[in-house]
Amino acid sequence: MMRAELHSTDDSERLVDEVARAFLRRAPLRIRGGDSKSHLGRPVSGAEIDTRSHRGVVSYDPTELVITARAGTPLAELNAVLEAAGQMLPCEPPAFDGAATVGGAVATGLAGPRRPWAGSVRDFVLGCRVITGEAKHLRFGGEVMKNVAGYDMSRLLAGSYGCLGLITEVSLKVLPRPRAQRSLTLELDAGEALRELSAWRKAALPVSGACYLDGRLHVRLEGGTGSVAAAVDRIGGADLDMGFWEALREHRLAFFDDPRPLWRLSLPNSTPLAATAALSGAMLIDWAGAQRWLKSDAPAATIRDVAAAAGGHATCFTPLAGAEPFQPLAAPLLRFHQQLKQRLDPRGIFNPGRMYADL
Amino acid sequence: MSYHYDETIDGPLVTHDKAAVVAQLQARVPDLLILHEQEDLRPFECDGLAAYRTTPMLVALPERTDQVQALLRFACEERIPVVARGSGTGLSGGALPLEKGILLVMSRFNRILELDPEACTARVQPGVRNLAISQAAAPHGLYYAPDPSSQIACSIGGNVAENAGGIHCLKYGLTVNNILKLEILTIDGEHLTLGSEALDAPGFDLLALFTGSEGMLGIVVEVTVKLLTKPQSAKVLLASFDNVGKAGAAVAEIIGAGVIPGGLEMMDNLAIRAAEDFIHAGYPVDAEAILLCEVDGVESDVHEDCERVEALLRSAGATEVRLAKDEAERQRFWAGRKNAFPAVGRISPDYYCMDGTIPRRELPGVLKGIADLSAEYGLQVANVFHAGDGNMHPLILFDANAPGETERAEQIGARILELCVAVGGNITGEHGVGREKINQMCAQFNSDELTVFHAVKAAFDPDGLLNPGKNIPTLHRCAEFGSMHIHHGKLPFPELERF
Repeated sequence: MMRAELHSTDDSERLVDEVARAFLRRAPLRIRGGDSKSHLGRPVSGAEIDTRSHRGVVSYDPTELVITARAGTPLAELNAVLEAAGQMLPCEPPAFDGAATVGGAVATGLAGPRRPWAGSVRDFVLGCRVITGEAKHLRFGGEVMKNVAGYDMSRLLAGSYGCLGLITEVSLKVLPRPRAQRSLTLELDAGEALRELSAWRKAALPVSGACYLDGRLHVRLEGGTGSVAAAVDRIGGADLDMGFWEALREHRLAFFDDPRPLWRLSLPNSTPLAATAALSGAMLIDWAGAQRWLKSDAPAATIRDVAAAAGGHATCFTPLAGAEPFQPLAAPLLRFHQQLKQRLDPRGIFNPGRMYADL
Repeated sequence: MSYHYDETIDGPLVTHDKAAVVAQLQARVPDLLILHEQEDLRPFECDGLAAYRTTPMLVALPERTDQVQALLRFACEERIPVVARGSGTGLSGGALPLEKGILLVMSRFNRILELDPEACTARVQPGVRNLAISQAAAPHGLYYAPDPSSQIACSIGGNVAENAGGIHCLKYGLTVNNILKLEILTIDGEHLTLGSEALDAPGFDLLALFTGSEGMLGIVVEVTVKLLTKPQSAKVLLASFDNVGKAGAAVAEIIGAGVIPGGLEMMDNLAIRAAEDFIHAGYPVDAEAILLCEVDGVESDVHEDCERVEALLRSAGATEVRLAKDEAERQRFWAGRKNAFPAVGRISPDYYCMDGTIPRRELPGVLKGIADLSAEYGLQVANVFHAGDGNMHPLILFDANAPGETERAEQIGARILELCVAVGGNITGEHGVGREKINQMCAQFNSDELTVFHAVKAAFDPDGLLNPGKNIPTLHRCAEFGSMHIHHGKLPFPELERF
């Protein structure tokens, strides 16, 4: 088993102590790692509990395709360890200014451009350790690919924004880096771009990124040497710098500088362009159509209605007075969210209100 | 400990007058098909784990969601437990009925409601068979990836309940990775939509929580699955080894070299011989182990990977490597593996299939441990192994009519699972806990972890009416199991580091 020669500290005892004190005092905690995604979700008032001192890769054996890291490990460090072994975390979560931690990446569940083809963050979560609302430090799941013993707590915690427990350690499935990679850009109108993507899918082209912006379709191809070369021949277009995908993932493209609020629309992948055409503002289409970023002053209700009518939902990435960041839940679903929160965090100490007011 | 529901340790159940329940339910849901005569109930007394049998109070066979909803509301009001069942192919007794309970059979929900080749999704009722989805998708060049061995019969609702896998999991994932949306009814009859047709949904990932929850949290009434484009090409290599350790090392070599095979399976000599005798797949019967490695995808990539894998297999010490020369031979190679369970069934009056998972690197030690246990208990064990994802299926051969053999088979099975836990693995990779592994859950999780599971259960089913006695043991049961366990010796495998 390989152990990283990087900064590694087990600071879980302090974290458990802090949670135990919060539990006794019924005092809410605001969980933070790199704070790179603090703009996401509703503001939390509570004493800050910082996971960054609990860090380091705990175990990594490339032939097992599993890496286990403490929550405070910088995502960049995890990626560097994987890269050195020719592997990667395929869901490519954003590192947002390099500050993001492994715990935060899992707790928010944000995935990068490869998501529709490779899977979401939770698809790569195999197990975790978590401090519960009663300050117990527990382990769920494990370091194996398949595990159906008990409920899938680790995947439940992924994307729960720290509202159900404090993740201290995560085991993630990883994969080999592709043998070949190319990026292309083509001038197309948006409708044609979506039609081409559909045709390429049917032809099993090894697409691993597809973004439409400013009249151009940007495509990333990843696979074996032969399949990538054949796809390049078929698609044509001009070479695109690979750095584009990182800039897209990290929200560093000029599109994101637009001063209007940033919305993320998550939609069924076959949603026609017409479905979102009524929305004012600028749009970037990612995930081959399934994720659309919108810079718009349109009212939240309008954006949400358009997303919902198409079978999806909208999240506001810019803190806005009077607008909920996340799409409201149907009443029965909210009731079960509240019951789950109540059972797992009975004193409401973890990130109260981060996702929804009554959660 | 008997497998039967034990109210003193699994929790009390309310006793009802059967005739009154049947009459009330008929009055509440007049067009619901209900079976309650003894001879009609017999076919439902077990699932795929046929050694465990209980006759339910009654069987309900709804065909519409509103009937299920009315039944659940009735059961909730009257405090009658409900056990859901799909095709009944599960191997862990997850659909084992309760004498005091209703068996809710979802097999009449058997329609594919919508198949969208553009979105690559299918919206299906829970009783639709796994294979039927792929068959319906085939004209569009699509298929549904998870392929448990029982795929010809097992239903998608049951697949969701068990988070079913199959032989292509390493590359294509489990059920949880291949579904988009679930329509659920809770025990109080509330309708919830989990997930969405988009790639994510707001709120907690209850879709993931419900997948693999064994019918303990709600009843699946509709599933939207993802469909994948069929790989253009698939090739399978059959490698023979004179030593199982070498075969295990070859698996690590392949994955370490950056190849993710579509399927990567290992069989030991006993399993090879049984399968060859049954299927005539062309397996080398004198090999100590074989590896079946399938690479799939775009033609040129498959070609690249195949050459790479073949070289790796040879350098890892394979005595023979054969590439299936055509599709017919490829199918034959797989038929041997897919029929390994019934093949073992032919050479032994009974067999007991285990489902532990381990980190792959632990394989040689665990196989050695199984061989030692086999000698200790005097029972043969055939090993079939999803080598790619570390999921073992040791098959314990026994004769239920021979005095004491059933008990010995259960004991060796439990020891094998404890060995898996001790090396950092777990007690079930894909068959589920059900009733069968309820005691081993006490070895896998401590009481605080089990308490969290009970808290999750209580959030959705506070009265514990859905499938009681399965999946998560009561703390009382673990206390009993623990004390019983100590009698047999100290901790199992004291020489191993604990994880």
